[in-house]
Formats: sequence, structure tokens, C-alpha cells
Amino acid sequence: MTSDNHQDNIIDVKDLKVHFPVTEGLLKKTVGWNYAVDGVSFSVRRGETFSLVGESGCGKSTTALSVLRMQDVTAGNIVFNGQDITHFSANKLRPIRRQIQMIYQDPFGSLNPRMKVGSIIGEPLRVHGQAKDKVKYRARVKELMRLVGLLDDMADRYPHEFSGGQRQRICIARALALEPELIICDEPVSALDVSIQAQVINLLMDLQERLGLTYLFIAHDLSVVRHISNRVAVMYLGQIVEVADRQTLFNDPKHPYTQALLNAVPEPDPELESSRPERLIIGEVPSVRNPPSGCRFHPRCSKAIAQCKIDRPLLNLHNQSLIACHLY
Amino acid sequence: MSLLSINNLSVSFQTDRGVVQAVDQVSFDVDAGETLAIVGESGSGKSVTALSILQLLGDAGTISDGQIVFDGQNLLDLPEKDIRNIRGDRIAMIFQEPMSSLNPVLTIGKQVAEPIWLHRKKTWNEALDQAEELIKKVSIPDARQRLDAYPHQFSGGMRQRVMIAMALACEPKLIIADEPTTALDVTVQAQILSLLKNLTTELNSALILITHDLGVVARYADRVAVMYGGRIVESATAAELYKHPKHPYTEGLMASIPTLDGEPGSRLQTIEGQPPDLLHMPAGCAFHPRCPYAAEICKHAKPSLKEVEANHFRACVGYESIS
Repeated sequence: MTSDNHQDNIIDVKDLKVHFPVTEGLLKKTVGWNYAVDGVSFSVRRGETFSLVGESGCGKSTTALSVLRMQDVTAGNIVFNGQDITHFSANKLRPIRRQIQMIYQDPFGSLNPRMKVGSIIGEPLRVHGQAKDKVKYRARVKELMRLVGLLDDMADRYPHEFSGGQRQRICIARALALEPELIICDEPVSALDVSIQAQVINLLMDLQERLGLTYLFIAHDLSVVRHISNRVAVMYLGQIVEVADRQTLFNDPKHPYTQALLNAVPEPDPELESSRPERLIIGEVPSVRNPPSGCRFHPRCSKAIAQCKIDRPLLNLHNQSLIACHLY
Repeated sequence: MSLLSINNLSVSFQTDRGVVQAVDQVSFDVDAGETLAIVGESGSGKSVTALSILQLLGDAGTISDGQIVFDGQNLLDLPEKDIRNIRGDRIAMIFQEPMSSLNPVLTIGKQVAEPIWLHRKKTWNEALDQAEELIKKVSIPDARQRLDAYPHQFSGGMRQRVMIAMALACEPKLIIADEPTTALDVTVQAQILSLLKNLTTELNSALILITHDLGVVARYADRVAVMYGGRIVESATAAELYKHPKHPYTEGLMASIPTLDGEPGSRLQTIEGQPPDLLHMPAGCAFHPRCPYAAEICKHAKPSLKEVEANHFRACVGYESIS
């Protein structure tokens, strides 16, 4: 299965399941389940950027929220720095939350419009009782602003005075306030204009180098993932289908879904595009409420064999990659 | 003669905070059967340009200058009644949000049949039969049953197929697709765009594709116009534009896209600064505050599009003064 024996893992997720009840009627009777995350295992090594990619509904964001324990877990374990935090109480989670921070997709919705930027960035410090010394607190907020490339005299402005890219910098500064070890980035650049995306990606990479951060990166834009990641896990309908280092995954994808996904992304190069055969996968992602039997990708897979309809393939080591497919 | 020829189009919007010049002296041509992509970031004026063609700007928007010549006729001279006859008949539009651009209380069949009944003066039953054919054509299974379904029973990708069926209903000469796949997942995006491309080729319709995705442009466009701050800054064939971008903005944009060849951990090239605020547009060239080549003249002179090589147009004064 996953590389459990790796010594320096910051996060180990083992057989994670998150099922949501589907309710109906006035009394909210449970009539079925959404199998949003269904048996996901992976490890994130200290100092790396580990990406979860997949289409909407594949469970990548739910998985990330579970790591932060912002989402109740149905089954499985989440081990952070060797500590099983799956069943920690809110009190016990507090010090853990200081070490895991999050950057959200929408820099417009994730900043309180009525708070000044300095106060937004300093809020984690106040919440965790690190703002008692006012002078130190103010200096720290200014330091954080400079760290993400904002001018420290902007602290008294409100979020609406900032552009999308600058707002995302504010979100990053806030996430850095408590000196976390792990930052979960949930689609951090997909709401930004193309010319601004590169600025934010570079900033994230600079900060990782300077502060030794680990990123759990959630994205659907594969060219961004390809640039920033060390290792990538591809998810489909609540399960991981392939895990590999970035070079292997993008140069030599093995799982039929990974292959189809990569082929569907148009390259910004007309010559390459005209020479590339178009291989579309048929159909759309089925509902997680009634996921297909066996391999969840089998109804759309061009290489499916009889076994795929019956047995769920588990992640297996194949050369350097982990692949969940009966063909390997 | 071109199928569509836009000359010096200017569009302004009245907002609470002042007048916004969303499109500023834009000119371009579209030939029959070709796919022109208009690319740009949010606020560049690409969608407003598209909406102006069918005069769908709403009350706040005004076309202050220019001509939109379609099939030899200036659409801006026509009364609303005549424009309505063109919409959905000779020029059709596909919008970004397939969720909100279908009527939730009408069946799919009614919505697809309506333009045929309206423009082609067919009986309702004939129109419905044709709608069934169209739904088959956009690869929706069980077409006959699906005629009676409502939009909420369809997924996002299926709804966009319905939108395409509606757009193709009267075999338009020009289809305008405004970010048709932005709301969809990549595997579905590939299905939808390839369907759209195949069907427009079959009908020999021209396609104007509005997008911010440079990958989509590379795969589907014949020619590209790049917009920035309400103006076209560069236009060329897709192959030429990607290989030899000639405007500093296009150049910067191409360089800022991550590629696999990049060294692990390498930094992307960036375009410094922010896209312009439409209410406070910089004087001269709108790109000059972010441009690495900006010269003194760029702060005052608005550059116009000039042919710098065969079929390759660029609006840049500073570049000319260097090279």
C-alpha cells in the first residue's frame, strides 16, 4: 500500500472514509449515502508539495478538510507528526490547528469585509493568545505583510481596496501568522487572472524554501500542479487511482483515468495540439451516491476487462508509482 | 469580403462610480467558417465585444462608436425588430453558464424547438421533430424521451450540449461562444469543445470563441485576438501567435504559463502589477505601467493595431522605438 515506512511523514492518511447522509422530507430521514471519500490513503513528506487532483466531486476538498479535522470522518485515521488526531477533542486540536493552516480558493469570500487587513492577518495570533505584547504583535503583522509582498502601510485598509492577487497574499499572510508546518492550499490560484497566477505561485514556492513549509495542494488545473508539485495523487469518485512523482505522472501516466485527464487538458501550443490525437473519454462522472461497482472508472474506461466490474482495484506499487488498476 | 467586420467599436457603461470605457476602438474581421478566439483577462472587454454584436448589453451599456458589419449590413443601423430576427437565426450565442441560460420551467424540447418554429416558420410538430434530430446530433442519448425533460434533470455538460443544439437549430452563419466550458470539468470541456468544433465545421459556420484559457485557444482556434484594457493589442494566426508573440503583454502571458520543461522548483516569469482598473485607465497604452519595455512615449500615445508581418497585427509604440 502506501509508503508507511517513510520516516519523515508529516501526514499519514489511512483508509479515510467520509460518507454524507442523503436526507429526504421534513424529518430529514436518511435515504442513502454519498460516498464522497471512500478509502483514501496517502502520506505527505515533510517539506514537499503533495497535490491532490481530480474533477469536481472527486473528494479532493473533502479529503483536505478531513486532514484539518474540519470535516467529520466516517472511518480511517489521520496521523499528524506521528500523533493520531482522528478523534481529538476540540481542545486537544487547538495546538494542532496552529501547525496546519489553510488557504482557500476565493480570496473575496474568505476575508471579512468589515475588518482591516492588519487585523485579519493578526487574528490567528489573537485567537491563540500571541497578541498580548502589542508592540510585538504589530511588528509581527508588518513582518508578515512584507513577507508576502504587501506594503506594511496597507494594514489599515479594507479588503475591498485590494485586487484578487493582493487578497490572496493577505490570505497567505494570515495562514503564515502562527508559523505552521503544513499549509493546505485549496485551489489557491484558480480564481485569479492568468497574469496574476504566476505571481502567487512564485510566492508560494519562495515561502516554502524560506520557511521550510509543507504544502498539501488541491487543484484541478494540471499545468499549475505540474509546476509546483513534488508528488501528485489523482482522485476519481472518492478514491485515489494513481500516486507518482510529478515527472513520472506527467510523462508516463499509467492509470487510464490519469491518461484521459491529461489528454483532455489542452496544451498552450498549437503545433503540439494539431499533432496530438484527440482521445476523449465518454460520459461524465457518475454520482457518488451510487458509485459503479468494482473499479469506479470502469463504465468510462476504454480498457476495462470483466474483472473491473467486480473487484475494486487497490493501490499497488508499479515501478515507482502507486496504481489502482487491474491492468498493472 | 469577411462574414463579420467590426470597425472601431467602442462601448461604454454607466456605473455608480462613473463611466467605464469597456471596449475602446476595437476592429477585427471574421471569415466564413473560421474560428477566431478572443482572449484576455477579466475586464479586458472580450465578453462585452461579443455581447455588442447581438446588442445584448442591457440598459447600462452603450455602443458609442463604430460599425458591426455582418453579411454586408451594419447591424447598428437596424431596428430592434430586425436584430431580433437575426438572433438565434443567422447569429447564435452560447453562454458560459448552462445552468442559468436555460429556462428552468420549460422542457428541453420546447427550448430547442422554439428557434426553429420562430425563425423557420415550421409547424410546432415539425419543429419538435427537428429538435429531436438536433439533440441526437449533440450526442445526448434517448433523444425522444429527453425532449420532455427539464434542465434540472441534466448535468452541466448535458445542459451545455442542449445550448449547442439550440445555437445550431437554425444553422447560423456565426456562432459566438462566451467562455462555453469555463464552468465544466476538463474531461467534459474536451467533449464539448470538440463537439462544437465538429458541428461548426460541418455547417461551415464561423465561430467566435471568447476564453481566458490559452490551452483551449491553441487546440481550437485558427486565429487569435488578444485583448487588454478594452483594446486588441495583438492578433495573428494561432500558430504564429504562440511561436512569435510580438506584443509585450502576449509575450509575458505566454512566458507565465507553467510548462513541464521547467526545472523542478524553478520560478515562473511574471507580469508585474495588476490588470488596470477600468475606472482609472492609464493614459497612453493601458499596459505601460506593467510593461518591461515601456518608453516615455507609451505614457501618452495610444497605440493602434498595425500589420507588422503578413497577417500579424500589433498595437505597440514602444516596441517600434526599440526594434
